[in-house]
Amino acid sequence: MGDNKNKLSRREFLTAAGIGAATCVASAAAISPLLKLTNKFSLEEFLQKNYRELTPEDKKRIFKRLEREISKKYGVKAKISDPPPLKGVKYAMVINVGRCIGCRKCVYACMKENNNSRSPQVQYIRVMRMEKGKIDLETAVHDYPESEAGQTDKYWYMPVQCHQCEDPPCVKVCPVSATWKEPDGIVVVDYNWCIGCRYCLAACPYYGRRFNWAEPQIPKNELNPDMAYLSNRPRYKGNAEKCTFCLQRTRNGRYTACVEACPTGARKFGNLLDAESEVRKIIDKERVFILKEELNTIPKMYYVFSKA
Amino acid sequence: MINLISKFTKVLINGNKYYILWVTFLLVLVLIGLHAYSRQLIYGLYTTGMGDEVSWGFYIANFAFLVGMAAAAVMIVIPVYIFKDKDVKKIVIFAELFAIAAVIMCLSFVLIDLGRIDRMWHLIPIIGIFHWPESMLTWDVIVLNGYLFINIFVCFYFLYKKYHNQEPKTWIYLSVVFLSIIWAPSIHTVTAFLFQGLGGRPFWHSPLIAPRFLSSAFSAGPAFILIVLILLDKFKAIHISEHTIKRIRQIVTICLLINIFFFFSEVFADLYMPTSHSINLAFLLGVKGKSILTPWIRLSVALSIIAAIMFLTPKLMKNNVFVVIACILTDIGIWLEKGLGFVIPGFIPTPLGDFVQYKPTFNEVLITISVWAGGLLLYTILVKIALPIINGEIRKE
Repeated sequence: MGDNKNKLSRREFLTAAGIGAATCVASAAAISPLLKLTNKFSLEEFLQKNYRELTPEDKKRIFKRLEREISKKYGVKAKISDPPPLKGVKYAMVINVGRCIGCRKCVYACMKENNNSRSPQVQYIRVMRMEKGKIDLETAVHDYPESEAGQTDKYWYMPVQCHQCEDPPCVKVCPVSATWKEPDGIVVVDYNWCIGCRYCLAACPYYGRRFNWAEPQIPKNELNPDMAYLSNRPRYKGNAEKCTFCLQRTRNGRYTACVEACPTGARKFGNLLDAESEVRKIIDKERVFILKEELNTIPKMYYVFSKA
Repeated sequence: MINLISKFTKVLINGNKYYILWVTFLLVLVLIGLHAYSRQLIYGLYTTGMGDEVSWGFYIANFAFLVGMAAAAVMIVIPVYIFKDKDVKKIVIFAELFAIAAVIMCLSFVLIDLGRIDRMWHLIPIIGIFHWPESMLTWDVIVLNGYLFINIFVCFYFLYKKYHNQEPKTWIYLSVVFLSIIWAPSIHTVTAFLFQGLGGRPFWHSPLIAPRFLSSAFSAGPAFILIVLILLDKFKAIHISEHTIKRIRQIVTICLLINIFFFFSEVFADLYMPTSHSINLAFLLGVKGKSILTPWIRLSVALSIIAAIMFLTPKLMKNNVFVVIACILTDIGIWLEKGLGFVIPGFIPTPLGDFVQYKPTFNEVLITISVWAGGLLLYTILVKIALPIINGEIRKE
């Protein structure tokens, strides 16, 4: 009993098969643009582990592969290094807003040094043009024309970038630990581990994080071949990035690009743990303030109002 | 097995013309969205209206709303088992089937929002790195998948037993149902915590966010289920008693009133003595500056209030047409509020005081619609299969 009732009739079978086949064909047609992607897939890249789980041999192999990929894409022989954090060092930066003229030389020097995408443009530093008599970000302007830089009689200028917090909200919220604080206090991102959820962008109180909304574009002749894995190597579409205090330079005893580029000497950089360092002397002697101190993320970016 | 498949195939391909039209319509939307998503995969999230300033958009907005819809299935379950409301019992399965579809939509919205979906395995415990308990997103992964699993189990077990002409074993069924009652508020609470834990975003950093999430969910969810039930009853697919409708209506009304109250409480706290932290809300409401979401949120408040007045008018509630209209108003009002009206203002102004407006792109809208269509298609299929089992038309011989 019930056999006839439950068995599909010939017509029903054909209908079901027809619907199934049509759906498959239509789905294939719908996703056909994906054919463009197939040549880019690399199993080795797909299976790559988080930076902190890599052995020295893994790193060697991966860096070689990345160097190969970069030279193929940009025609430039790049060197990917992995400078370790220095012992007894915690980096900090002091910005003298009394001296900043808002010229944004730091913004572009940073972009060049760190191989940020030029199209769409990714900038780590945002210079806020503040109204006199206020520290109010809502009335500040960051996209003022170049002609309005240097008008220190009308405005004062405050550059903002990643504050390298001691208690970074971005690190806390990352679901896959693709970002962490290094022993020298620098917050870094493993660009090959980030899944692109952008929770870190939502969590950061300083607008310190950027996301690669499209495939990053850098002109071949502008590529900085001196790269580190955790900082300025070219990034990928779909992952987060940020200022790394130019660790490819600073861990080798050099200044960050923004410090070097500043024409007025408004930026100072050094070791917070060294009582003789320039930054410590300023913090000890001058009146410094911290942006949004009430959020208690303990930034290592200090601001000071000083004409000198 | 083949017998079973052919039985269900028979059920699925046979339906009246509305059913065929509805399913075809949804299927077409899904395919269009699949195409749009392929474009997003190739060109990146640049194809959306999002940017570094407003870094979450339409996807996460719909995610936040749908988590609530999924959680709300439990509001139908509670009266059955806690208040021993026998009459509502038979419709529980429709709410739980919807929870399955809603959670799958939620997970889809999170996945399509990822910049690197190919690295999704990084999020799987043991194989990847699961940043638990620090990251609230990992909590969300646990509670959403857990909730999905619980609901699949409850539905499957219930239908399996019905199919075999047996009554579900009370202790198995009940213990899982109770687990789902405890579990359901957690998915919405955790999702609210995801936002309200962020100290740098004053708009979200309010202890009232989680209660507001719950109250809005517990009105929008049951309102949706009520629409489905009244429609099923109209098409004679199942009989729903007056008592059931009244019970669900009461749940919707009370939660809607609480939700409106919470909203005004938040508005008062922010705007009576405006601080610099009030700027997001002031901008949203059009009190200071004007967001493109200002008409959006005002409409949301208006719809919620109109729906509440309708629910509180006994004369109107005698007619199911008005019940459905009030439910639709509730759902739209809360979708406006809990979707874009909640997620986007958190980003405007940015932490550096930048007022950047957000509008989803056409591609983004197509993808969003297609996730909705996919979820509704799944729900339609689940209900279509469940109905003959519940009504006893399909049985194991």
